[in-house]
Amino acid sequence: MTKSKKNKKEKSKKRGGNREILVATYMLSTLFLGLIGYFVYFMVVQSKDVINNSYNQRQTILAKKVVRGKILGSKGEVLAETISDGSGGETRSYPYGRMFTHVVGHSSQGKTGVELSENFNLLTSNDNPVTNFQKKMDGKKTIGDNAITTLNVDLQKVAFDALGSHKGAIVVMEPSTGKILAMVSKPDYDPSPASLDIQWKNLVADANKESCLVNRATQGLYPPGSIFKILTTLAYMRQTEDTGRFSYQCSGSEKQDGIVVNCYRNHVHGKLNLQNAFAKSCNSSFAFIGTKLNIKEYRKVCESFYFNTKLPTKMVHNKSSFVLNNSSNKEEIMHTAMGQGKTQITPLHAAMIVSTIANKGVMMQPYVVEKLESNNGTIVRETKETTAGTIMTKEEVKELTTYMKEVIRSGTATSLSSLSYPVAGKTGSAEYDETKDSHSWFLGFAPADNPQAAVAVIVEGAGTGSEYAVPIAKKVFQSYIGN
Amino acid sequence: METIITELSRYLIVILVALYTFWGFAAFSARKKKKKAKLYRKQRISMHIFLLLGHLILYLNTNDVIILGLYGCELVFFMVSNFLYCKVYGKINQPIVNHMQMLFSISFVMLGRLNVDSAKKQFAYMAAGMVVCMILPWILRHYHKFQEEGWFYAVLGLILLLVVLFFGKAKYGAKNWLYIGPLSIQPSEFVKVIFVFAFASILSQTKFTLKSVIQVSAMAAAFVLVLVLEKDLGAALIFFLCYLFMLYVATGKKRLLAAGLLAGAAASFAGYHLFSHVRTRVLAWQDPWSDIDNRGYQIAQSLFAIGTGGWFGMGLMQGMPDRVPIRESDFIFAAISEELGAFFGICMILIYVSCFIWFASIAVKAVNPFFKLSALGFTVIMMSQTFLTLGGVTKFIPSTGVTLPLVSYGGSSVLSVIIMMCSLQSIHLISDKEDEEIDEEQEE
Repeated sequence: MTKSKKNKKEKSKKRGGNREILVATYMLSTLFLGLIGYFVYFMVVQSKDVINNSYNQRQTILAKKVVRGKILGSKGEVLAETISDGSGGETRSYPYGRMFTHVVGHSSQGKTGVELSENFNLLTSNDNPVTNFQKKMDGKKTIGDNAITTLNVDLQKVAFDALGSHKGAIVVMEPSTGKILAMVSKPDYDPSPASLDIQWKNLVADANKESCLVNRATQGLYPPGSIFKILTTLAYMRQTEDTGRFSYQCSGSEKQDGIVVNCYRNHVHGKLNLQNAFAKSCNSSFAFIGTKLNIKEYRKVCESFYFNTKLPTKMVHNKSSFVLNNSSNKEEIMHTAMGQGKTQITPLHAAMIVSTIANKGVMMQPYVVEKLESNNGTIVRETKETTAGTIMTKEEVKELTTYMKEVIRSGTATSLSSLSYPVAGKTGSAEYDETKDSHSWFLGFAPADNPQAAVAVIVEGAGTGSEYAVPIAKKVFQSYIGN
Repeated sequence: METIITELSRYLIVILVALYTFWGFAAFSARKKKKKAKLYRKQRISMHIFLLLGHLILYLNTNDVIILGLYGCELVFFMVSNFLYCKVYGKINQPIVNHMQMLFSISFVMLGRLNVDSAKKQFAYMAAGMVVCMILPWILRHYHKFQEEGWFYAVLGLILLLVVLFFGKAKYGAKNWLYIGPLSIQPSEFVKVIFVFAFASILSQTKFTLKSVIQVSAMAAAFVLVLVLEKDLGAALIFFLCYLFMLYVATGKKRLLAAGLLAGAAASFAGYHLFSHVRTRVLAWQDPWSDIDNRGYQIAQSLFAIGTGGWFGMGLMQGMPDRVPIRESDFIFAAISEELGAFFGICMILIYVSCFIWFASIAVKAVNPFFKLSALGFTVIMMSQTFLTLGGVTKFIPSTGVTLPLVSYGGSSVLSVIIMMCSLQSIHLISDKEDEEIDEEQEE
């Protein structure tokens, strides 16, 4: 036995460097464990949302294998279903015609609404596995899952009829959960595939500038008008020690540095406290309040209510905007404080703001799809109620609610006082073009002490909130809560 | 008929690969040689059923006779290479051979599905690779220059990379292709092999002083730097990790490993701020959804494929892997997961992991420091490369554009991985021989 070989044997016994090799292998293997963990997480948690994307073209494959599921109302009413003609042909049917056009959406010529947001889920079958396997063996289509919405069909009908032939939008929300109870947008169109085949080109060309395809409830950006005084009041409450000491002498207009802001039809409101200024929607008072506000804090209040950012919802929507900053001039500030200026808001967002007040300062994420259910009735997915933040204190809620009740008692929405329960609200008349009538707004909730529904109504180019939006809100409350 | 077979096989394929993977891990804990051999045999059977089933579905759906021809060739190839392997190598590491052939099979089936021409070429590359492997053990045992002249080979490798830097062409953003006549090769794939041998040699001969560590590290850093300049970030990262772990094993100093990892983190941070293409990759990783048309396109399409496939996959020929960019190469895992399912994907990851454990065991058993370091180097290269690909495709980490060993289409990639794996087999063989020689002499 030579010496060198003896050394080798000893070396191999000592196995120098082996501990390090193991350390290296363990370190790198940990990465693989992390990868597998992440991969499982992706498949279980994220993949459903990820694949339900309009850029994912695989729906065409699924549509060949699965009968698209139904979209149902909150009590099981069929809002959309696929009907096969027995010889392989299929068509999507919308039994309520135009009533749910924007919120439920259409499924030919691209997809919108729930048809879009639940596209892949409607094309996924979680039916009994044995049934499905048998169907696949026979070369038959399996039956896709159904989407059950939060939409109340009776209420939707009332809102749809109440808006009539006007352009505009209505959003009704349950403040404590964020459920969308009704959502109407007009002008509308017939969502059935047969009609869309014919009408599509005209709808897209939009020669009359009616923008029928736009869901005004979630995408329409409107000047808020006087409904914005809710947020101005809140900002003022936060910056003032005692709002009870507020007093303003309205002479029909507010003049500062040569800038004049007029009350509606130059109405002289006289001596006002904050509650009356709010209830009578006195523009001069609020232009004056605006000049007293710290703009940075004012902006902070608005941004805490999701201005200038995406709303906390899965629904397709536009961002509302609030543009004031430290370099804004006085004219802009005075106009913004009373709801004009460059501020823009969607009706859905307005409904969320008023729901926040109704829900004791807690904003809920609005949603339309309550759950997904397979053909054999098992629940595939249920939407959890999710808060979008506690934005107001109980005291602020109490004070604002008092003001909003005063609007109904003695202010601009007295026609709602005939209801058997108290209502809180705020009207708005938003000017968007000096030659035309203003947009008519109403935000409110009822019953004021135990809110079941919050509503946002906008009627385009109609006139004052009191005249047009308030009666519509009244019909909604009557239908959902009672006389 | 096709629908029934396709539908049934969706589950059958998942079961087959799951059994294959399970048996692979069971072999780790099996004590008796007979039991191990039985498990390996079972593995081969499930692999062959998978291969047959895969090609049958492809044939039934396309009616392309070439698929059947390819299947025949693959069978012959597996038989011949098994036979030659046993002849040339004698004692081989059977589980590694099994895993290699299983990954080949997955590659054949998936490339046959995506693009028959690529499958044909891939087959040719693999066959060529196996020929190289037949002479490799002989070279390693008799040609000692690798062991002795590390610096020479390091310089050679660096020159090769520099040639690419100056004369190479860019593809998918990275300038790492060289066109010679009709041939297009990716030299960095082969430089990996040279790099490992060169630095195994240098590190096994160096006496470690601060000066020598800095000298050797500077040489390794030059490789990484050239790769960064070529915008081949994946390769740069792989070379970096490979060197770092080789240095750590050679010196046994934890401090060096920690310092290296810190330096790597600092360099990545600097790279993020210096190079816009690095930022683009990171942004696409953070949020591919806001820019699906451009920046986020690759990763979004990959996730659509994986997610829509679900746990059991859409079934072979039933998905839309054509929508996935670079599906035959960097993103092949997305195509596999779409049609064969996420379960299959996870099993595949586990197959790689068990393969790497065998690699590491070869490094552990090797006696000669040069072979020990080489084995470790190859292990780290293949581990980090696999991790970068799979992590990038699944959005676990930003995508770096590297190939999946043995499965991705590409001659350079396949050849270099085959050479690395067969080098490991050779090292296994050599250390076994050395052990035996010692044992024999002790008995005398």
